[in-house]
Amino acid sequence: MPRRRWAKLVVFPLCLSPACWLAWRAWNSNLTPNPIEYITHFTGDWTIRMIVATLAVTPLRRILHLPGLIRFRRMIGLFAFFYGCLHFATWFGLDKFFDMHEILGDFVKRRFIIAGLVAFLGMLPLAITSTAGWVRRMGGRRWQALHRLIYLSAASAVVHYYWLVKSDIRLPALYGSLVGLLLLYRLVWWLWNRRAAPAVP
Amino acid sequence: MLIKKPGDIRYSEVTPKAVYFDRRKFLAALPAAFLAGRELLSPSARAGAAGKFPTLAKSPFSTTEKENSLTDVAHYNNFYEFGTAKDEPFQLARNFKTYPWTVSVEGEVAKPRKFSIDEILKLAPLEERIYRHRCVEAWSIVVPWAGYSLSALLAQVQPTPKARFVAFQSYYNPSEMPAAQHAGIEFPYVEGLRLDEAMHPLALLCVGMYGDALPPQDGAPVRMILPWKYGFKSIKSIVKIRLVEKMPPNTWNTMQPMEYGFYSNVNPNVDHPRWTQSSERRLGELRRRPTLMFNGYADQVASLYTGMDLKKNF
Repeated sequence: MPRRRWAKLVVFPLCLSPACWLAWRAWNSNLTPNPIEYITHFTGDWTIRMIVATLAVTPLRRILHLPGLIRFRRMIGLFAFFYGCLHFATWFGLDKFFDMHEILGDFVKRRFIIAGLVAFLGMLPLAITSTAGWVRRMGGRRWQALHRLIYLSAASAVVHYYWLVKSDIRLPALYGSLVGLLLLYRLVWWLWNRRAAPAVP
Repeated sequence: MLIKKPGDIRYSEVTPKAVYFDRRKFLAALPAAFLAGRELLSPSARAGAAGKFPTLAKSPFSTTEKENSLTDVAHYNNFYEFGTAKDEPFQLARNFKTYPWTVSVEGEVAKPRKFSIDEILKLAPLEERIYRHRCVEAWSIVVPWAGYSLSALLAQVQPTPKARFVAFQSYYNPSEMPAAQHAGIEFPYVEGLRLDEAMHPLALLCVGMYGDALPPQDGAPVRMILPWKYGFKSIKSIVKIRLVEKMPPNTWNTMQPMEYGFYSNVNPNVDHPRWTQSSERRLGELRRRPTLMFNGYADQVASLYTGMDLKKNF
């Protein structure tokens, strides 16, 4: 038990450090000539990285035979939601300044905004039901089924990024292949286990 | 019983209240002081008499709006030959050799000619033109450019009656521009104007900014500035200007014709699939400001487009 606590005390600050870095740069008014764009990109980058990290937990547990990694999954997933909230709030509050006319216009006209919103809203029920109480209330199977929504969020986040860039698609392609690999791993695992032992939950 | 601890801090060591409460101000001033210091050391600083162009003629086209800082303008660039991130060009273009330099002016002209950059600098009196500059990505800046109307250069080569458009080409050398391979657009970068647009006095052949030569990342040594059009029309580091009969290609239009038109006049009423064009963020300002038709130059240039459907010819 003490070791477990120690590990979380490392992972938590690690996940929080990008936000601290951003705060530090803001404090020093060192956010590039276009601070709002910088904050938007920074928080968006970390949202998608945290989503990828969350998706990587299960494959890494199995491949590295480290089942204990599971204890970090909720924390990393909640950090993905945390950076997603910052990203959304930056767009909504700082960039659009709560201008509902422009915001609704964006929803209708810009497909990358819709993809981003799908990714963000997909994480919302997962963050709400992330507690042990909700797992108990819902039952493990239903809870797990609901939390597969993260696959949708991950895919939408990649599409959001891909639709957003003008011509240099290296980063969306990188995140796209990472998400693709992690989902493919699950598909192969699922097919394999279905054949090997059909009754495994 | 009262136990009195000996005081280990003398009153003289205590930070005065005013200083204590000002500590944030001091910390906040540090980066500005740092930037100011760097500015002093940087050779491209706007150093008044020390700049390359200490005496520039004033222009009636100049705006009185507040100029952006040289630091902002020189550290926030779209120059895909030197990387697609805004902070890449000023790092990756550092060793870009922009002297000697020649610009070939050719095509449908009576006197085709190659101009050295020294010749270009002496061709007409250099003016300072403080223009608004609006990027298609919905940010904008106000910059004191140095140069003269492109028409002065075109007059030298005498366009023939066949010349109806002007095609521009940027310098491209993959070995000097290794980042270009990741840009996702084709090089050399090309742009085009209708001849009457190119002859318009606002169309600036630009050789400097802030009283000095252009920094490499801002399109040294010579570029176009077309303040009523989105920034990507203002081609950088020009090596060729060709007068032609037919509408020439422009890079972004050939990449994504639905998003970037040939004309690309600033128009708040024509939306872009990625960015709203009805408003923009001036660098250094928090709130968006409304975007003006032709970027506020309608009085000068609207007549170029009378009778044209600007929604179709975006």
